[in-house]
Amino acid sequence: MSMKNSVEVKNISFSYGKTEILNDLSLDIKEGEFMVLLGPSGCGKTTLLNCIAGLLDLTDGQIWIEEDNVTWKEPKDRHIGMVFQSYALYPSMTVEKNLSFGLRMMGTAKDLINEKIKNAATLLQINELLKRKPSQLSGGQRQRVAIGRALVRDAKVFLFDEPLSNLDAKLRAELRYEIKKLHRDLSNTMIYVTHDQIEAMTLADRISVMKDGLIQQLDTPKQIYNKPANLFVAGFIGSPSMNFLNAKFEKSNQNIIVGNKQIDISKYENINKLINDQQVVFGIRPENINIEKNENSIQCKVELVEPMGADTLVWTSVESNPISIRLEGSSNFNLNDEINISFDINKSSIFDSKTEERI
Amino acid sequence: MSTIPKGPRPKHLTVGRIGLYCFIIMCALFFLMPLYVMIITSLKDMDEIRAANILNLPKELSFYAWPKAWSQACTGFVCEGLKPGFVNSVKITVPSVIVSVALSALNGYALAFWRFRGAYFFFGLCMFGAFIPYQVMVYPLLKIEDFLGIYSSLPGIILVHTIFGMPILTLIFRNFYASLPIDLFKAARIDGGNFIKIFFYVIIPMSTPITIVAVILQVTGIWNDFLLGLVFAGRDNQPMTVQLNNIVQVDYGVAEYNVDMSATILTSLVPLFVYFISGRWFVRGIAAGAIKG
Repeated sequence: MSMKNSVEVKNISFSYGKTEILNDLSLDIKEGEFMVLLGPSGCGKTTLLNCIAGLLDLTDGQIWIEEDNVTWKEPKDRHIGMVFQSYALYPSMTVEKNLSFGLRMMGTAKDLINEKIKNAATLLQINELLKRKPSQLSGGQRQRVAIGRALVRDAKVFLFDEPLSNLDAKLRAELRYEIKKLHRDLSNTMIYVTHDQIEAMTLADRISVMKDGLIQQLDTPKQIYNKPANLFVAGFIGSPSMNFLNAKFEKSNQNIIVGNKQIDISKYENINKLINDQQVVFGIRPENINIEKNENSIQCKVELVEPMGADTLVWTSVESNPISIRLEGSSNFNLNDEINISFDINKSSIFDSKTEERI
Repeated sequence: MSTIPKGPRPKHLTVGRIGLYCFIIMCALFFLMPLYVMIITSLKDMDEIRAANILNLPKELSFYAWPKAWSQACTGFVCEGLKPGFVNSVKITVPSVIVSVALSALNGYALAFWRFRGAYFFFGLCMFGAFIPYQVMVYPLLKIEDFLGIYSSLPGIILVHTIFGMPILTLIFRNFYASLPIDLFKAARIDGGNFIKIFFYVIIPMSTPITIVAVILQVTGIWNDFLLGLVFAGRDNQPMTVQLNNIVQVDYGVAEYNVDMSATILTSLVPLFVYFISGRWFVRGIAAGAIKG
């Protein structure tokens, strides 16, 4: 990955009539980077992708691709290839014709077209499907063809609009792997829209978490998982999701108080930034809770057990806040067992109650 | 003895069912009766028509009325039968259908995919245009065509049919295209298609069902038209319907009912044929146009 920017989104705004979807949004994507736009539906991620593709006209701002101001350029002139959730294969054409359509529109020589189709088909293992119509293909095969269509165009930037959402779980995992491998081998810039945080975590070099048309956090998957910038990101990333406890900070003994329980947070990285009596939300991931008895542990009862094969999820509660704990698959708990839990404080996150920002 | 419920639920013939079938059969008879009368009358000779009951089957089959209606029956002072009218109707219908369907498909495509400024206003205008009774526009249109110098000519009547067909056809095409996934259109734009290329390479190949519907609507509509043909076609291009009227409405001599009947059947053969071969498509298209509004 070089330091050069492949795509630059500069202060763009977009509205449908009076509804403002994106407002003054900026985003730089490096050459060869795999950028995932992640967020719940209606957060503006697909709109942003369509703006980059040139399928929507901006209300304000600029889009630069490969150091070229493409704001007013047609989609075909933006060096992009796009893969859609609905595959969007031309139903009346064979796979071969689907792949070659863009090249034929550009007036590419026949020999070159055939060569490119052959390469793409080999790469995606769709050689034997070339003569078929899209209606004769399975979902996974269709999406491969759709990726191939972007591939033959020699696009500098690949845009994926929730490409795996229409597939079943097994195929989704398979194609996710394929896309990751494709990126490894081609090292093109890729921008990938999804609402699936697993896809985001597994594929991305960097994730841009979006909500209400704003980028909430832009960072590597690791950082986003371990140090979520705010409550929204913390809650959105991770499955099962992070546990939250409303609490008050007591500076004198470096505790937070939840109901009538005290938790020692002296090991928290940014403890110096907390003020006495500050209302905070204490967040801890299910895997960062241990079952052990020590001077800092809290006693509670097992309320529900969800075995998931590799892991077991144990549900309990602290001061009537539900808490999930991720344990090894082999662990054995029964309902109403008494357990002592302790939190791994240096892996926790503490948010200000009012601003919802991480401290 | 009671049977244990197992497998499909048994079907019983209820009173409601019987009533329903009776109603359907009566409806069918009601609509088939005129056709029956027409066919048997066209196969009788005039003596038998005068002598016997209208519903009686012919004692003796006589086919002379059919060729007479086709090529000898008199319209005014000319006795060439319906044949020239048939030729005229074909000359009017074929270009009108082709032009109106092609333009409407293009219009519908533009309305559905290229959301230009004022597209909704234009859409509303089409809705409005589709529901105005066309008698209202006959006189102004006549003046316009007169001004353009195409009144009472083949291009004149073709233009009129094209204009009157376009609002409803545009709506039908637009609704069909609006039901296609928009991603297809986006993909085609990224692949480098422009307005015309996308239309020809991507949209038209997908338009078969709706085009069949549009063609059926137009063929039957234009073939059955009487008023516009009478007003705009001119004496030399009178369609079959107008000539049929002239044959049936005799001012002198004897009314030959058997010839009238066969002439009427001959005139309605084209729409009948279209309905019979395409009933399935027709219903499907109307439903598509109606529901996905």
